[in-house]
Amino acid sequence: MIKITINGQEQTWDGDPELPLLWYLRDEAGLTGTKFGCGQALCGACTVLVDKDAVRSCITSVADVAGRKITTIEGLHPTGDHPVQKAWRQVNVPQCGFCQAGQIMQAAALLMDNPKPSHDQIREAMSGNICRCGCYQRIENAVHLASTGV
Amino acid sequence: MNFIDNPGKLRGFQRSIRVEKVSRRSVLKGLGISGGFVLAAPLMSRKAFAYETGAGKMPHGVVVDPRVFVAIAPDGVVTILAHRSEMGTGVRTSLPLIVAEEMEADWSKVRVQQAHGDEAKFGNQDTDGSRSTRHYLMPMRQIGASARVMLEQAAAKRWGVPATEVKAVNHEVVHDATSRKLGFGALAADAAKEQVPSIDSLKLKDPKNFRYLTKGQISIVDLHDITTGKARYGADVRLPGMKYAVIARPPVTGGKLVSFDSAEALKISGVEKVMEVRGWPWPSKFQPLGGVAVIARNTGAAIKGRDALKIVWDDGPNGQYESVAFRKELEDASRKPGLVVRQDGDADAALKSAEKVIVGEYYIPHLAHVSMEPPAAVADVKGDKAEIWAPVQSPGGTREDTAKTLDIPEENVTVNVTLLGGGFGRKSKCDFALEAALLSKELGAPVKVQWTREDDVHHGFLHTVSAERIEAGLDKNGKVIAWRHRSVAPSIASTFAAGTVHQAPFELGMGFVDMPFEIANVTCENPEAAAHTRIGWFRSVSNIPHAFAVQSMVGELAHATGRDQKEMLLALIGSPRIVQLSSVKDLWNYGEPYDSYPIDTARLRKVVEVVAEKGEWARQLPKGHGLGIAVHRSFVSYIATVVEVAVDEKGKLTVPRVDTAIDCGTYVNPERIQSQIEGAAIMGLSLAKYGEITFKNGKVQQNNFDDFPVVRIDEAPLVTNVHIVPPGPETPPSGVGEPGVPPFAPALINAIFAATGKRIRSLPIGKQLET
Ligand code: FES
Ligand code: FES
Repeated sequence: MIKITINGQEQTWDGDPELPLLWYLRDEAGLTGTKFGCGQALCGACTVLVDKDAVRSCITSVADVAGRKITTIEGLHPTGDHPVQKAWRQVNVPQCGFCQAGQIMQAAALLMDNPKPSHDQIREAMSGNICRCGCYQRIENAVHLASTGV
Repeated sequence: MNFIDNPGKLRGFQRSIRVEKVSRRSVLKGLGISGGFVLAAPLMSRKAFAYETGAGKMPHGVVVDPRVFVAIAPDGVVTILAHRSEMGTGVRTSLPLIVAEEMEADWSKVRVQQAHGDEAKFGNQDTDGSRSTRHYLMPMRQIGASARVMLEQAAAKRWGVPATEVKAVNHEVVHDATSRKLGFGALAADAAKEQVPSIDSLKLKDPKNFRYLTKGQISIVDLHDITTGKARYGADVRLPGMKYAVIARPPVTGGKLVSFDSAEALKISGVEKVMEVRGWPWPSKFQPLGGVAVIARNTGAAIKGRDALKIVWDDGPNGQYESVAFRKELEDASRKPGLVVRQDGDADAALKSAEKVIVGEYYIPHLAHVSMEPPAAVADVKGDKAEIWAPVQSPGGTREDTAKTLDIPEENVTVNVTLLGGGFGRKSKCDFALEAALLSKELGAPVKVQWTREDDVHHGFLHTVSAERIEAGLDKNGKVIAWRHRSVAPSIASTFAAGTVHQAPFELGMGFVDMPFEIANVTCENPEAAAHTRIGWFRSVSNIPHAFAVQSMVGELAHATGRDQKEMLLALIGSPRIVQLSSVKDLWNYGEPYDSYPIDTARLRKVVEVVAEKGEWARQLPKGHGLGIAVHRSFVSYIATVVEVAVDEKGKLTVPRVDTAIDCGTYVNPERIQSQIEGAAIMGLSLAKYGEITFKNGKVQQNNFDDFPVVRIDEAPLVTNVHIVPPGPETPPSGVGEPGVPPFAPALINAIFAATGKRIRSLPIGKQLET
């Protein structure tokens, strides 16, 4: 039996401990905000916070995060008003939106680590997150905006 | 015209296009909002359209019917139906916004509801071909205007004043003389009893009074949900008792299952069942490829179970498909005469007499869509009824194909359209929804089929692969007097009809036979090419190879004659005129009447001039930098792009700046046009730098984003500027979603030549610049 805390709620899992956290979140816990894009840590769509780190949930097993605190997009802010979320809306970042939960979680982790990143640092930190629609210019601007106050 | 001259109709290959009587009951079912009223319909009249589009010729045509699209609740909330699929273009916002504008609704009191797949009721729902705004701007305005008039009539009656004295303003009807006002909600019930105005009697708003249209200040309706994880895509649908499935499909298109051993798979924790999925023979249209499904309690278990399967396949007729050999076949074909599809003057003779002939041979490989959301769908089949939840661009087609696949009546199938995590043409094909339907039927439970990224790369409907060869003859003054272009590529029609070896009119018409240059002697030839995998529409389709070849050749000609690229381009476009393509049989003009949407070289010139001016063409650049330009008309829009590239000593390229000018006629939401064009630059850069799917022994050799990379943020252009050319007063709307893609790669390649002197003729660039 594995215990994990997701968005402040303790949960238990007694199935396959190797199950990728992504599928636990989406299919078992019903938190579908975290997306599947590649399954190989190549696209960032599945990014969640484990304690304060951005982690690719598609290659992280449930056992790997036993006893840890997981934050998904659903739990980032109670009313969805985290500075990154607000900045995203102000800049009208999304096109299809499918990559955006992962982008937002990655950006939130970046700002916890480095509250005033330069444009180069933003591009570097966000380079693990693919946006096939190509919203990159706006993503960069939105992270910058979130870091300077929305 | 033949039956595959229109991709919308091509979808209907299997569907006979029925003329259906729309029963009043089914119409009134429309929105099903209780307590509200549903407006009554004016009849559609062709005359009422200020310009003609091809909308009426699409399967099931256009429905101009406010009873279907608009409902007003007593509390004043206006619900507007979105009948097109949202895949990132903003259409789910833009079309309802048009209705709201004309009816004077306050957007903050408008709710958008997604229509399910029912083309008899809603008209054509295929979200493809960059058609939605083009076909629906006017019908949506008429729907909104009808609603407004009925609300005004109801208020006038209530007050006992002539209808001419009242007007709808921002969700109320007002009578200025007496300062009386009534909200839309209070008028809803009375308005429902009003006579429906005829379309011909409608007075549309003067565009200068628009509050929303052309302003670009309204965000997409799903913005908050997207940023909070609430937005629901295909894979996010969850039903009680739902099973999770992944499928092992034949690795070679047209292959078949011989046998499988599920013993190990069934030992995996969470795996419940392993079963065969029916496949259809090649060419399989949009039907499933078949294979072996693993059913589990979650997707992770299903994937793990699939990895443990042992399967024997029969590779079938395409087991020899091999990209290196196929390329040679295409290139050989491009060096010999082929089917003549355009002939103006005598290019053969002119090439012989030319002072100089420049030859360009270009190669553009297969591409995979890799929309961020891999295909996924949920189906719940009970007896002879089926309900589908899927991210499909073609809900109407999905409904028909589900009915046929399950052999049940179409009215027993409900297709719920979720958001699409990108589409790019992949999700015009509903094979993944049909797989879910087949499995649900057999299991007697709701099933979600999830494609992995590897499945998506291996079993897609790929962009074709092309060899393009252009010979341009110059006279002694450097004027181009002859142009012979051969385009060799398997056709999308091959996915529907065995033995297809020529491009269909809708592919030839994408930047090949419609080449707009003012050259006296032009020949276009289409030598034969057979397909060995499923070919499908990929954002901007055959415009990609055709524009790449034509616009690269412009750069080559500029170099050969010592001219500036932009000057060369303008010289080739020639005088402002309407291009007449009388030698082209079955000219495909994106399904639009040529009278409303001719090839107008004045507009082509204009976007070149605008992009050159705004993009500071001929500006001074640092060493190692270069500028390239390209222009292309597609989806009846005109787009020109200037790319600045920097190539370092090692051959690493970066893109400091992109400028694109677009003339898409009358438009709705400039902010979303901008985002589409920004995205098109990224997609163009991705395909130019990396895009290549190859085959060996009939199997796709790439798997995921590691070996089929796309551009990431750290290599994105530093700045992308979008310049929207203001439309003329009567210019009809044209496409936005796709036309940004084609000019990007040739502009980039022309820029690389300017920076390095190296001419790239084969995509992707890959390691070609490395030193
Ligand atoms: S799904 Fe995890 S990184 Fe792509
Ligand atoms: S918004 Fe579509 S993938 Fe990023």
